[in-house]
Amino acid sequence: MLLTDETILKLEKKANDIRISIIEMLVEAKSGHTAGALGMADIFTLFYFHILKHDPKNPAWPERDRVVLSNGHICPVLYAAMAHAGYFPVEELKTLRKFGTRLQGHPHREYLPYVENSSGPLGSGLSQAVGMALADKIDQKDPEGKQASYGAGVDRFIYCFMSDGELDEGNTWEAIMLAGKNKLRNLIAIIDRNNIQIEGMTEDVMPLEPLHSKWKSFNWHVIEVSGHDFSSLDEVVEEAQTIKDKPTVIIAHTIPGKGVKEFEKNYKWHGKAPSKEEGEMAIKELQAIRF
Amino acid sequence: MLNPKLKLNPKIFNEDVEQVPIRKGFGQGLVEAGKMDSNVVGLSADLTESTQMNLFADKFPERFIQVGVAEQNLVTVASGMAAMGKIPFCSSYAMFSPGRNWEQIRTTISYNDQKVVMAGSHSGVSVGPDGGSHQALEDIALMRVMPNMDVISPCDAIEAKKATLAVAQKGKTNKPAYLRLVREKTPIITTEETPFALGKAEIYWMPDVGLAQVGIIVTGGLMHRTLLAAKELEAEGIKIKVMNLSSIKPMDNDAVIALAKECKKIVTVEEHQIVGGMGSAVAEVLAAHYPTMIEFVGVQDKFGQSGTPNELIEYYGMGKNSIKEAVRKMLKRKI
Repeated sequence: MLLTDETILKLEKKANDIRISIIEMLVEAKSGHTAGALGMADIFTLFYFHILKHDPKNPAWPERDRVVLSNGHICPVLYAAMAHAGYFPVEELKTLRKFGTRLQGHPHREYLPYVENSSGPLGSGLSQAVGMALADKIDQKDPEGKQASYGAGVDRFIYCFMSDGELDEGNTWEAIMLAGKNKLRNLIAIIDRNNIQIEGMTEDVMPLEPLHSKWKSFNWHVIEVSGHDFSSLDEVVEEAQTIKDKPTVIIAHTIPGKGVKEFEKNYKWHGKAPSKEEGEMAIKELQAIRF
Repeated sequence: MLNPKLKLNPKIFNEDVEQVPIRKGFGQGLVEAGKMDSNVVGLSADLTESTQMNLFADKFPERFIQVGVAEQNLVTVASGMAAMGKIPFCSSYAMFSPGRNWEQIRTTISYNDQKVVMAGSHSGVSVGPDGGSHQALEDIALMRVMPNMDVISPCDAIEAKKATLAVAQKGKTNKPAYLRLVREKTPIITTEETPFALGKAEIYWMPDVGLAQVGIIVTGGLMHRTLLAAKELEAEGIKIKVMNLSSIKPMDNDAVIALAKECKKIVTVEEHQIVGGMGSAVAEVLAAHYPTMIEFVGVQDKFGQSGTPNELIEYYGMGKNSIKEAVRKMLKRKI
């Protein structure tokens, strides 16, 4: 079902709140990753406020969808989305990266039990999501005992958010192969295709293209979409949910640093936090487009 | 004499003592665990039969995942399954898991606190003809440095079966665990009645009367050679206690310290690098609580090579005579 204009406006406002929170927390923390977090703000907003089957007041709800963040360094966007969704107070975001915080520099499940996995080192999130999807597949007892048709009636999805840079990791491709082999229709991977990594453009550091056909050849359903268009994003997630015999990857084309012109499309903002002044400038810019 | 309370195999010292690969005990234990709990799942990286997981895969095909030759994926997929309430067992050769995938184990299992059991088969030089590339001599060190990780190295197939069952039971331990297994046929030391508990060390050999002069602490497949050494030393009038330290982590600190207090002299025996292995773990405990002289029997900062298991164990100084020599050397050392 198409998103209404009203819903889109609400999501845009929420994404703007989340971006402002991201800047505030990074300025306060004095370190952290800015570009990826801002670039994924729209996608995380859509998931936490529209797509996910979850209950922030009952985070351990067994039937919840699972969110696996593979590239843990963009956790400011995860934390901000979770706080705005009601998992914990928005005020707590300012404790990011500080001693004693639940909001570790990279997510740690022991400190913040509402995250599904501890992450940081790249390339292993998709495998964990594959494991979750396999576990659900095993539990789906097809009445006739035919595993091939297990998918009928599954209404929980495992979503894996990952970066394009971590596609350099061999472990990622091991996971891609296994998911394709096992036809994990309950697994949906979302790649933050922002074309940057620490040392430069992905196509210079380690070319990934043709990315679409690579995934396709591993037996995945592949969709490409803008990572900043709520309506299209929502449509492709719905499409992914209907695919019966394959896992789906959504290659979301995003603008790193999205929302703050100074930070956009510049790989130097991958692993850097804004200074106090840069933060004030960024927040001013974000507030200027408020609705 | 053999500790009469432990109901050890009465045929231990017979020429025709039954010999079973330790990995086989793992395979049998996993089938039992699978029967007890439908959440137990098995994952293999193209080494199902040689790690004896085929017994489980045949019995429970719907709970078996073949990941191909991909050890990093093996453990990370297992982590995800554990997050959904499964109790995953991953098996491979110790050289590849935890050798190849250490960081994945650290981040997604140990740091992530997911109860996954990793079985590393084919540890030690006793892998034999395959040569040094396949002989894991560093895996105890790799795994015991990880917070939140149990490390078990059973002395025979029966103990391996018990250890497998023990680590499979949620509640008994909710920690991830590493089971160190040996490929080669190994004499049966224990019986079904011999007690086994995680974190508990047992004295397998003791003097008929009086206190022991040297305490030997053993882990894994070298127990039989150690007991033979103890028996021969006893005939020479040397009083020995032999401790089975299959549970390297958690370690039975009290038992280790009590043995050191009695003997004042310790010999450790393991098929592993001396650096970082079980002997090092014992030294850490004793240095802190009861400083004691130790002779370390193990591999001395070298890689293995091709040969028969026996040739290699002798060559690298872990045979019966090397153990006896370490005891004699220890007897000569002044406290």
